[in-house]
Amino acid sequence: MERMQQVVERARAAFKSGRCRSLEFRMQQLKALERMVQEREKEILAAVKADLHKGGYNAYSHEILGVLGELAQAMEKLPSWAAPQPVKRNLLTMRDEAYICPEPLGVVLIIGAWNYPFVLVMQPLVGAIAAGNAVVVKPSEISEHTAQLVADLLPQYLDRELYPVVTGGVPETTELLTQRFDHILYTGNSAVGKIVMAAAAKHLTPVTLELGGKSPCYIDKDCDLAVACRRITWGKYMNCGQTCIAPDYILCDPSIQSKVVENIKATLQEFYGEDVKSSPDYERIINKRHFKRILGLLQGQKIAHGGEADEATCFIAPTILTDVSPESKVMEEEIFGPVLPILAVKSVDEAIEFINRREKPLALYVFSNNKKLIKRVISETSSGGVTGNDVIMHFFLSTLPFGGVGNSGMGAYHGKHSFETFSHRRACLIKDLKMESTNRLRYPPGSQKKVDW
Amino acid sequence: NPYVGLVNHLRATWLSGRTRPLEYRVAQLEALGRFLDEKKPEILEATAMDMGKPSFEAYFTEILLCKNELNDTLNNLCHWMKDEHVCKNLVTQLDSAFIRKDPYGVVLIIAPWNYPIHLLLVPLIGAIAAGNCVVIKPSEIAKNTERLVAEMLSCYLDNDCFAVVTAGVQETTRLLENKFDYIFFTGTSRSPSVGRIVMTAAAKHLTPVTLELGGKNPCYVSDSCDVQNVARRVAWGRFFNAGQTCIAPDYVLCSLEMQEKLMPALRAAITEFFGSNPRESPDFGRIVGDKQFRRIRALLCSGRVAIGGQTDEKERYIAPTVLADVLPCDPAMQEEILGPILPIVVVANMDEAIDFINARPQPLVVYAFSYDSKVVKQVLEQTSSGGFCGNDTLMHVMLTSLPFGGIGNSGLGKYHGKFTFDTFTHHRGCLHRSMGLEAINALRYPPYSQQKLGLLNTTFEIKRKGMCTIL
Repeated sequence: MERMQQVVERARAAFKSGRCRSLEFRMQQLKALERMVQEREKEILAAVKADLHKGGYNAYSHEILGVLGELAQAMEKLPSWAAPQPVKRNLLTMRDEAYICPEPLGVVLIIGAWNYPFVLVMQPLVGAIAAGNAVVVKPSEISEHTAQLVADLLPQYLDRELYPVVTGGVPETTELLTQRFDHILYTGNSAVGKIVMAAAAKHLTPVTLELGGKSPCYIDKDCDLAVACRRITWGKYMNCGQTCIAPDYILCDPSIQSKVVENIKATLQEFYGEDVKSSPDYERIINKRHFKRILGLLQGQKIAHGGEADEATCFIAPTILTDVSPESKVMEEEIFGPVLPILAVKSVDEAIEFINRREKPLALYVFSNNKKLIKRVISETSSGGVTGNDVIMHFFLSTLPFGGVGNSGMGAYHGKHSFETFSHRRACLIKDLKMESTNRLRYPPGSQKKVDW
Repeated sequence: NPYVGLVNHLRATWLSGRTRPLEYRVAQLEALGRFLDEKKPEILEATAMDMGKPSFEAYFTEILLCKNELNDTLNNLCHWMKDEHVCKNLVTQLDSAFIRKDPYGVVLIIAPWNYPIHLLLVPLIGAIAAGNCVVIKPSEIAKNTERLVAEMLSCYLDNDCFAVVTAGVQETTRLLENKFDYIFFTGTSRSPSVGRIVMTAAAKHLTPVTLELGGKNPCYVSDSCDVQNVARRVAWGRFFNAGQTCIAPDYVLCSLEMQEKLMPALRAAITEFFGSNPRESPDFGRIVGDKQFRRIRALLCSGRVAIGGQTDEKERYIAPTVLADVLPCDPAMQEEILGPILPIVVVANMDEAIDFINARPQPLVVYAFSYDSKVVKQVLEQTSSGGFCGNDTLMHVMLTSLPFGGIGNSGLGKYHGKFTFDTFTHHRGCLHRSMGLEAINALRYPPYSQQKLGLLNTTFEIKRKGMCTIL
């Protein structure tokens, strides 16, 4: 296990050499990363397909498009993001230089997740490099093909000492977490999030935890159900439900429950055809363990649609459950699978109360033609982020900080927020050595006259 | 757990939404202002009893600076609370995209003893401004101020939302077992380890934290400077509050020549400030407790005492002291001094000073003095610290537009001014779309095709220029 210490020490020595301070160097690395994504696209898509049975076009839009966008933005904005930012001065500091200087933190650790195995490692990496840090990258071992690919590709394009990739499972990650980092960004579940933060506490390392939760989706009676259900279906079943911001469950009035089911069924047909299993656009569950876990959630539930499964291929059909009880197992944990429970609530008040009784989710969704109602739901609940009248989409706007709150996480990233997460904003005040007379006010001996002035 | 009832009560009030409206927050903040105005004599008296804090200093840091923060917040709160609209991309052009400023809920503020009102009130101002309920834990080491806060602050604030808890180490440990939605901790001596304890407790509940810790703040004095002005500014920063300041210049790095020049200048400054017998000056404080007094006194056997060195255990008085020729292995260089002792460590040149600083944990602040702005800039660029002040001490924290916080062992997070409000706020990304224009969405739905991908590329991808369109 000495390996981890060596890797981190080497990265720290490389950081201390100062070569990643210059903007030119960072740009060069970002450009190389861009080249990597463009040149090796086929291999990246193949790895993602091997891990998640994700079709080419789907994989491209989920895993590649976003990364290229972040890279383009970082390269364009880096000079302005990294520039010292002058601040408003007061009477006493009028003649001084006062500014905030963004500085790299040092050696940061990025721990990726298996559900979007490439983008969840790459997107933070872009921000960390742009901010001038050395970065230890630890892709999830569960998405083993992508992990191996990242470990193979990164050293071919980036500075090997500054941006090492570490592979391995729980023992290796535990060992890694005993090292000192200057920031840790972890994407995963709350249970492990606590372990990461406890490990970080030993070194007083700041953390960004992108966790999960049960993202509720409230459908108001007054809304275009066909449109709402199409959007929900897209967000719920993409990546076979294995999305941290997927609408986890639906809350709606019992009177529209069957219409909701109908609409979702119709949309599923539209998206995946008669035989979902043979659609190239429908993914699979990542492994047997999760397959069994998700199937277990169906026990005792009223299956309005779907429920078919095939263990050999880790296939679970898009499934809808109705009249679900809040106490059932499927409502205890984040589903992270293609199972959509619908729970009845009689009013938006009940929905808000229901949501607030539970842990704060990563995302919250509300569908309604009534703008006031949407505003009310947002104002009376708490969540990492919100999309009204759609799902997932707030993730794609990089000017919005993406992160959780409470059990769903802390900190945020995307776009400039990534740069800020991985930077130290150092306050700088540079005064004149002369002009001592103005200082006399503050020096002892104190006097009432001075106080009054 | 003895505090479960209290925390639950605050959480119930929080869930009722009482702290959300601007008017409510303004009313509570104005009440804090009245507390500072009406209880000024009591505050001055309590801090004088706790650590002999000179009334000028007490007024300056505990009242004036707090009122500055309060007024800055009251002047700008309405604006800070507003939804912050963000630039949109092509796909979201017709949507409403904004960052909502949500309070966290029930937050905990733990304050230290050295600026017992200031370091409690300034975070509290931000926490209230951000719409939270707050459990306030003043330091048990500054006993008189603790009593004042416990007895009087609660008369000004809404007790269903803001509660003062008096607690020693054991009780604080139990307090930390509860779930809070944010923890703001300021600590002094030996603070890295207490900071770790707080963050470990926070990790159990996934509670975000701000830790304002400490460190040994180096003060580099180059050969090219106005020695008398430097001496005055460094002496002021070092001996303020009898040295019990987390941002005080902890030690000086300079050449042998400069040490020779600085000594008489420092002596002159100390006499100017405190007279020939600082013990009789009303403007020089005392050490807060016996334990701290003994700890600091033990540091005197470092280098040689060039100025001061007198102590009186009964009064907890330690004279403004300057130690010359201090070595890195000396006791005064092993821990944050937090007392009126200024060690001078001789280095050959600026590069050696920078290496010396970088070989040690990142401090809360780095100071550099020079006529030559290139020297100041170089020290700034080649070191890492929470903040930096060139050619003066302490002053960078008086500007509310500069973030105040540490890095590495000196802490995480930042506050002052709007940064306090932001610390206690969850920045929630919100996208409010319309139900119409479903045709555009069709691009993202299966079944997928090459054609769709091409179009998707065009609409989603951030282009190199002109990403932000202002509607």
